[in-house]
Amino acid sequence: MNKIILVIKREYLSRVQKKSFIVMTILGPILMAALFIVPIYLSQMSDEVKKVDILDETGWFINKFENSERFNFEYVFTDLETAKTAMMAKKGYALLYIPRPEVSVPASAMIFSEKQASIDLKGYIKSVMGKEVENQKLGAEIIREIKKANPDFNASASDTASRESIVSEEILKNIKTNIKLTSIRIGEQGKEEKSFTEVSMGVGMFAGILIYFFIFLFGSQVMRGVIEEKVSRIVEVIVSSVKPFQLMMGKIVGVALVGLTQFMLWVVLTLAIVTVFQTVMPEKMKSNETAQTFKPGTRIPASAEANINFEEAENPDNMDRIIEALRSIDYGTMIFSFIFFFLGGYLLYGAMFAAIGAAVDNETDTQQFMMPVTIPLILAIIVAQFVINNPEGPVAFWFSIIPFTSPIIMMVRIPFGVPYWELALSMALLTATFIAAVWMAGRIYRTGILMYGKKVSWAELGKWLFYKG
Amino acid sequence: MAYFSVRNITKRYAAHTALSNVSMDVPEQSIFGLLGPNGAGKTSLIRIINQITGPDEGEVYFGNEKLAPHHVDRIGYLPEERGLYKKMKVGEQALYLAQLKGVSKSDALKKLKYWFEKFEIQAWWNKKVEELSKGMQQKVQFIVTIIHEPSLLIFDEPFSGFDPINVNLLKDEILNLRKNGATIIFSTHNMASVEELCDNIALINNSHKILEGSVKEIKKRYKTNTYSIDFDGYSGPVQSLLPAGFMLAEDKTDDDLRQVTVTLPASANQNELLNAFMPYVSIHAFREIIPTMNEIFIKTVHAAGNHSINS
Repeated sequence: MNKIILVIKREYLSRVQKKSFIVMTILGPILMAALFIVPIYLSQMSDEVKKVDILDETGWFINKFENSERFNFEYVFTDLETAKTAMMAKKGYALLYIPRPEVSVPASAMIFSEKQASIDLKGYIKSVMGKEVENQKLGAEIIREIKKANPDFNASASDTASRESIVSEEILKNIKTNIKLTSIRIGEQGKEEKSFTEVSMGVGMFAGILIYFFIFLFGSQVMRGVIEEKVSRIVEVIVSSVKPFQLMMGKIVGVALVGLTQFMLWVVLTLAIVTVFQTVMPEKMKSNETAQTFKPGTRIPASAEANINFEEAENPDNMDRIIEALRSIDYGTMIFSFIFFFLGGYLLYGAMFAAIGAAVDNETDTQQFMMPVTIPLILAIIVAQFVINNPEGPVAFWFSIIPFTSPIIMMVRIPFGVPYWELALSMALLTATFIAAVWMAGRIYRTGILMYGKKVSWAELGKWLFYKG
Repeated sequence: MAYFSVRNITKRYAAHTALSNVSMDVPEQSIFGLLGPNGAGKTSLIRIINQITGPDEGEVYFGNEKLAPHHVDRIGYLPEERGLYKKMKVGEQALYLAQLKGVSKSDALKKLKYWFEKFEIQAWWNKKVEELSKGMQQKVQFIVTIIHEPSLLIFDEPFSGFDPINVNLLKDEILNLRKNGATIIFSTHNMASVEELCDNIALINNSHKILEGSVKEIKKRYKTNTYSIDFDGYSGPVQSLLPAGFMLAEDKTDDDLRQVTVTLPASANQNELLNAFMPYVSIHAFREIIPTMNEIFIKTVHAAGNHSINS
């Protein structure tokens, strides 16, 4: 047992010290952070003035939205369906619908648009609505507080000085309003779909591709490692100290740890870069400027809401939107499944790659064995594109149950919600298959690593399975 | 009591039999030559001893103990096809291989330091293996083979790739190891080094053991009662001088001296040969012709037949 740990340690350390590992570890997060940051910039670069209709049933926000060089707001007074049709007919950009709230203040709105409504528009809307609602609430609170202290108080006599003294932390907490903005796309046939799905699709596809990428990257690292040992002839020295199975498992586990390390570093570094970006450019990213504006005991700038410019508010809403959508996904299941399917899929393919490495003398000979092994993986990635459009269909079901494709396809499906029994079945099958694969790979490996100068056929590999120790 | 013994080992592969019913005893603190033509089954036997593969039939014993997994730490193996991780640093790698043999890290460091100094390669500790010359790599390989002070050492062609100076260094080390108590199995095709180093040998041909014993005893066994005489002062035919039954094997003249080689009948004494010559010639040298291991090897393998070359 000690020896397998030594092998794992060597495999791990020799890889994480490599230049390529360090370069990948640094480049990965930069690319991923760019995925978050670049779209925000791109959305600001558009110079076309977009027409946005506003259907405000509350009447609170009439004339609160100001035209800018990017958006031209126009108020409509009709019912929702007519407004939608009208917006479509005149090729407007979006329709903002603020329904009359049932009980309290307006806290939600909907954007209807043909294309995905841009992040900065949503940010602006949320910020304007938030400010207005908070302002109204604040006024009401102040009046209530003052009346509590002085029942004879006349609202019209309120002066700035008394307002300042009254605004407390508690009040600020009370008035904090979260505007819920639902974005709804009007499809070609006027069909409405929630753009929430897009986040699910994005997350699913991203997870699927990540698993595909990890299996390929680290699986072939295992294979190259085995070939390296065979070519350099060190393998005979090693197997006189450890069992071939220990050597193989040590290598597979060591490389898996490298993969997990890389993944963790990516997550941490990506978060770090995004955080640094937020701190360095607060005007781009700050999400809670309302709280700062209304500091307890400070003068309330009367014109605060009028001075808001677009940049101040758009990015936090982008983050909020993504986080909100991400919240709709079962996070626990997602992370657990990702680690499980990454390890399961990697062990399954890693074992097969190790067996291939053992069966050949050099990397160019791997082709004939690589093909059949990689076909299910490539197939899975192709099928994934159909699966995201129909995550409940029979194709999605079967490909997420069959162990050779399930690590990828199941990850694509999970953000859409998968019944637990399907998940359990898929995981059980994957576990059984990788145990079988590791066993078979161990048999092939044991014979293959000491076999030189022989072109091995599939039939030959089959025979190796049944050789006695 | 043999320190290490192999009992009735048979190993079959799909197409052929690598070892059939092979037994041998390796006495303690001796150098045991494991000989045989290519493809005879030596490597298969060595792999069985190292527990890389298992035999189909038969057993291997360490004294009275049956070979078990924990014995790998008592064996040091230098394979014929050797290698190291090319991208790994020399010291790191030596440390790793020593630890795989169960040596603790601090112990391994101490011992490696000693050996690296002895072999004058301490400057290479932090170099990558691929930067080393072949001879240097072989030295590192030799060190990691013996670093855990194994009681049984298996050297498969240990001298290949070494220059004569290093061959001598290595020979001295091997003899030293025996002196310090190690038992050594030595596989080679170099018969000169067998004569020089081995106490006992076993010859395997075509999966069968065809010869075993001490080097001295085997040489004695293969003696043919042949003698050679160097003389001058006589240039006539030699055969006429010889007693009946004596066979002239060779007759040649080098510079001034004539050298004849004569095979005697089993019953005859070498003094009879001298007596036959003395009246006619003046003798410069007289010696018994003892077969070399090389001759014994070739003779035995040919006699066993079915010698498949390089198969």
